[in-house]
Amino acid sequence: MSNILIIAEHDGTSLNISTAKCVSCAAAIGGEIDIAVFGSGIDAVAAEAAALDSVSKVIAVNADHLAAPLAVNWAAEAVALAADYSHVFGPSTTLGRDLMPRIAALLGVNQVSDIMAVNGPTSFKRPIYAGNAIVDVEAAEGAKVVATVRGASWKATASSGSASVEQRAATSSVASHTRFVGMEVEGGERPDLQSAARVVSGGRALGSEEQFALIYSLADKLGAGVGASRAAVDAGYCPNDMQVGQTGKIISPDLYMAFGISGAIQHVTGIKDAGTIVAVNKDSEAPIFEISDIGLVGDLFNVIPELENLLG
Amino acid sequence: MTDREIMEYDVIIVGAGPAGLSCAIRLKQKKPDLMVAVIEKSSEIGAHILSGAVIEPEPLDELLPGWRDNPPSICLPVERDEIWLLSQKGRRRLPTPPQQKNHGNFIVSLGVMCAWMAEKAEALEVDIFPGYAASEIRFTEEGAVGGVIIGDMGIGRDGQPKDTYMQGIEIHAPITIISEGVRGHLSKQLISKFKLDNDSDPQTYGIGMKELWRVPAGKCKPGLVQHTTGWPLDSKTYGGSFIYHLDKDRIAIGFVCGLDYQDPEFVPFEAFQQMKAHPMVSEMLEGGEILSSGARAIAEGGYQSLPKTEMPGALIIGDSAGTLNVPKIKGTHQAMRCGILAADHVAETSTADGFDAKLRASEVVKELYKVRNIRPAFYKGFWRGFIRAAIETVTAGKLPSTLSIHADDKSLNKLDGYTPPDRKWVDRKLPPRDRLASVYFAATEHDEDQPIHLQILEPEICTTRCTVEYNNPCTRFCPAQVYEMVEEEGGRALQINAANCVHCKTCDIKDPYQIINWVTPEGGSGPNYQNM
Amino acid sequence: MKILVGIKRVVDYNVRVRVLPDGSGVDTDGVKMSVNPFDEIALEEALRIKEAGNADEVIVISAGGDECQQQLRTGLAMGADRAIQIQTSESLQPLSVARAFLKIVEREEPGLVILGKQAIDDDNSQTGQMLAALWDRPQATFAGKVVLNGNTAAVTREVDAGLETIDIDLPAVITVDLRLNEPRFVKLPDIMKAKRKPLDVVPLDELGVSIDGNLNVGHHAPPAQREKGIMVEDAAQLVQELKNRGLI
Repeated sequence: MSNILIIAEHDGTSLNISTAKCVSCAAAIGGEIDIAVFGSGIDAVAAEAAALDSVSKVIAVNADHLAAPLAVNWAAEAVALAADYSHVFGPSTTLGRDLMPRIAALLGVNQVSDIMAVNGPTSFKRPIYAGNAIVDVEAAEGAKVVATVRGASWKATASSGSASVEQRAATSSVASHTRFVGMEVEGGERPDLQSAARVVSGGRALGSEEQFALIYSLADKLGAGVGASRAAVDAGYCPNDMQVGQTGKIISPDLYMAFGISGAIQHVTGIKDAGTIVAVNKDSEAPIFEISDIGLVGDLFNVIPELENLLG
Repeated sequence: MTDREIMEYDVIIVGAGPAGLSCAIRLKQKKPDLMVAVIEKSSEIGAHILSGAVIEPEPLDELLPGWRDNPPSICLPVERDEIWLLSQKGRRRLPTPPQQKNHGNFIVSLGVMCAWMAEKAEALEVDIFPGYAASEIRFTEEGAVGGVIIGDMGIGRDGQPKDTYMQGIEIHAPITIISEGVRGHLSKQLISKFKLDNDSDPQTYGIGMKELWRVPAGKCKPGLVQHTTGWPLDSKTYGGSFIYHLDKDRIAIGFVCGLDYQDPEFVPFEAFQQMKAHPMVSEMLEGGEILSSGARAIAEGGYQSLPKTEMPGALIIGDSAGTLNVPKIKGTHQAMRCGILAADHVAETSTADGFDAKLRASEVVKELYKVRNIRPAFYKGFWRGFIRAAIETVTAGKLPSTLSIHADDKSLNKLDGYTPPDRKWVDRKLPPRDRLASVYFAATEHDEDQPIHLQILEPEICTTRCTVEYNNPCTRFCPAQVYEMVEEEGGRALQINAANCVHCKTCDIKDPYQIINWVTPEGGSGPNYQNM
Repeated sequence: MKILVGIKRVVDYNVRVRVLPDGSGVDTDGVKMSVNPFDEIALEEALRIKEAGNADEVIVISAGGDECQQQLRTGLAMGADRAIQIQTSESLQPLSVARAFLKIVEREEPGLVILGKQAIDDDNSQTGQMLAALWDRPQATFAGKVVLNGNTAAVTREVDAGLETIDIDLPAVITVDLRLNEPRFVKLPDIMKAKRKPLDVVPLDELGVSIDGNLNVGHHAPPAQREKGIMVEDAAQLVQELKNRGLI
C-alpha cells in the first residue's frame, strides 16, 4: 500500500489551495495520505490541513528557521520524514518546484514533475514540450516517488475531514548560507495574468482603449486577471504584457472569458490548458466557438454590462 | 570610411539557396585557398526555402559526384507522372508533355537539400552564417559593389537602439554573389541602380503556396508526381497545382498562380484551398494533418526577362535573375548550373566582367530560350495558351518569334467596369480554415519590437486611390494576412501585421502602385520551414 | 571567480512539436535544434557578471552527444571563454546530469553555477536544485535579478505571490527565469573567434557517475483536443452555467 507525504504550501496564515489539489492527486493513488506543514506559528495552517478530506495525519514542524519557505531548510525536514513514505508530493507552484527537486536529489531519485493524471501508484501522465506531448512515466520498482502535482489538472479536495495533528520538533538546524530577505507582493489588487485563477480577456471588438475599460471592470468584479488578444494589443487598447497567445503569455486559469476574440489558433495556443473557456462574440462562425466550453453569440457591449448586473 | 567592424573575404555570397551554395562549393573545389563566406537571413539553412520540388540531378552529379550514396534525407526517385485537368467535381487525365516527364528525377525537400549542401560547403571550409541579413550593398569609392552591410540588430519599433543593439558589420569582398532567390531586395536595388534590365522585358512572377501533409496510411504513393490545371482557376488566370508523394505518409501539395492575374478581388490562398477541396485531392488529405506550410514567389519570365547579370564587383545568379524553366516548373537545376558557372568564372578571372556573356551562351539560357514562348502564350487565355505551348514544344522553341513578357503590377483590372468570373468555388472543410491558421504552420517569427520591414512609400494612396480603384488588393494577395484595412475613429487605416510575413515577396511584386518595398527584417526573422 | 553555465541542446522553441504516430516519442526529424532559451539567459547573466569585473572566466558545459558541440560553440561565440562537453550517447535524467555537473564543479571550483530554470523539451525544472543539493550549497531558483556583493549574492526570485529576495553565500547555484535579461546577439566575427576557443570533451565514464535513472518514459500522446462545448442564449444563462460549475 502507498504511504504518501504531502508537503503543504502556505503563507504562514492559511493553507494554499495547491495543497488540497495535491491531496486529490494522492487520493487517486490511494493509500495513507499525510500532510507535513513546516513553518513558524502554523497551528491554524495545520488545522486547515487536517480538515481536508482523505488525510490521515498532519505533521506540524514548528521552528523559527522554517518560517520562510527556503528550500534548503524545508528539504532537510522533508528528508527526515521521508523514510516512512513511498511517495513524497508537493505542488507544482514556484514553492513546490523550488523545493521538491532538492528533496528528490537528497533521496537519490529523479522527480516526476507536473503530474496531470495518475495511471497507478507508480505510473503517471505529465506534459512535456509545453504540453504539446503528454507522456506516461513509470517509476522503478521499489524506488521512492518524488513528484510535483500540476494545479490545473486537479480539483481541490473538499474540507470535511478531521485528521489528527501531530507536533514534531525540527530535526535540522538552519542552513546559514541562505537567508530570506523579503517578499514584495505584486502591486495592485488585480491578480497577475500568468498565475490568476480567472482571466477576462478582450479582443479588437472592444474598439478603443476607453472601451477596453469594460474588460477591466468585469475582471475586477470577478477578482480576475486581465488579458488581451494580439489584435487588441496591436491596436493600442492595452499594454503588450497583457497579450495572451503564441507570442504572448501561455496561461492555464481555471476560468478564461474571451470577449470579442475570434479565436485564431495563435491565440488559442495560449489558452489550450485553461480549465473552462467562455467565449462571447458577435460572429457565430468565429473559430473560438469550436473550442469554447460555454459560448454565447452576442454583442459584448450588451453582454458585459448585463453580466456585471447579474454578478451584483 | 566606416565605423562598423569589417570582415574581409575573397567572395561573399548572399543567400544560401541552391545557387549560392553551388557557387560556394564549386569555388572551393576550384580554388581551395579562396576565402568564401555565405550569409543567409534565415535562422537556419533551409528555414526560408520553399519549393515543390522535383529536381533534375545532373548538376548534383557534376558538383558532388557520389552524392547518390549519401543523399539528403528526403530524396525519392520519381516513379510516375500524372497530369490532370480538373473541373469542379471531375477530372480528365492529360498526356504528359516531354518537359514533364520526370524519369530519372528526384522528389526532394529543397530545404533539407540546402542544409545538406551547406554541410558539404562547410566541410570545404566555406564560412556559412545563418541568422544574418545583408541589408545594404557596400559600394567602393569607384562605385563598384564591394561587399555587403549586415543589418543592425536590436532596433526597436520606434527605430531606436534597444539594450541588445548590435551594429551590423561590413563584409568587404572584391566579388559579391547575389543569390537571394526570387525578387531579392538587394537584387531589386542593384538592377535599378545599374540599369540591368534596360534591355530585357519586365520580370513576371507566380505565387507558390505549399503545405506538407501527413496523411493516413495507404493514401500516399511514394514517387508519384501529380500536376493539375484548370479548376479552380478561370481561363484567364495562369496556374495549377503540384502534388508530390514522399515517404513516411507525407505529401507535399502546392499551388502556383501567375501574379499577372486580373481580378482585383482574387485571393490566391483561397484558390489553393479550393484545389484541395476537389474530390481527387481531398480524398488523399482527409484525416491527415498539416506539418508545415508557407509561400514564396517564383520567377516566370525566363529568357525575355533575364536582366544583365553582371556589374562591377558583383554577379546576380539563380532566381534573383530568374532562371526557372516554367513548363518544367523546375528552377533548382538551373540555379545550381548558374552557381557553378559563376564559380568557374570567378575562379578563372577573379572578376565579374564577362560572366553575363558566358551565361547567355550556356545550357542555362539555351534551356530558357527553348521554352521562352510558353508562359506568354497564356496571356490569351488557357486554351489558346495550351495550343501555342504545344506548338512551341513540338518545334522546340525554334520558331522565330519571341513573345513579350508583361509586368504583373500593371495587370490588375480596376474595380470600375470589371466583372469577375463566376468561380464556382465550394464550401470547404479541410484545414487550414483561413490564412491566419495557415501562417501558424509556417512557424514564422519576428520580434514585434522592430521596425516594420514592409515599407509603404506613399501611404496616403492606401486609404484613398487604392481603396477606390482596387479595394486594397494587398489584403487579399498576401498569403499570410499581413495587410488589413481596419476601421478606426476617423475612417479606415492600413494595419501591417509584419510579424506574419513569410518573406514570399508577393506584395512587392503585385502592388499596382509599386509603393510596397520589402526590406529585410532583423536577421533570423521569418519562417521556420521544416522539410519544405 | 569562475562561473559555470550549463546549457542544453533542445528542439528550437519555434518548432511546432508533434508526437510520432506510434507514440514512441516526438518527431525530431529535420527539426531545428538550439540552445535552450533559459540557458541563453543564464549565459548572458554570467557574461555580464564577468564584464562587471566580478568573474574572470565563464565556462559553458553541456552533457550530450557530439551534436551538442554546436550549442557549446554558440556559447563560446556569445562570449564564454571555455567549453566542456560531458560526452555521452545516453539520454540522461536530471539527477544524472546533476551528478555529472557536480564532478565538473569539483574540478573547476566555480563561485557560481548558473542554469536555465527548465529545459523546454522535458520541462522538468530539476537539475539546478539537484546540483545544489548534492553540492550542499544554496539554490536560488527562478531568478529575476542578481546582485553580487563580494562573497554573497542577493537574488530576487519570481514566485507566484510576487518577488522574493534571498541572500546567499557563494559558491551557489542560480537558475534563471525569463525576465532576468535579454541575451545579446552574436557578432559575426565572434563566431570565427569561437572556433579557436578551447572545447574539452570529457567522456561521461571518466567522471565515475552512476546513471541509473529511476524513471521510465513510455508512451507519448498528443494533448487532448478541446471540443466544442455548449452554447447559451444570454448573460443570465451564462451566469447560471458558471455557478452550476462552481466557477463563480
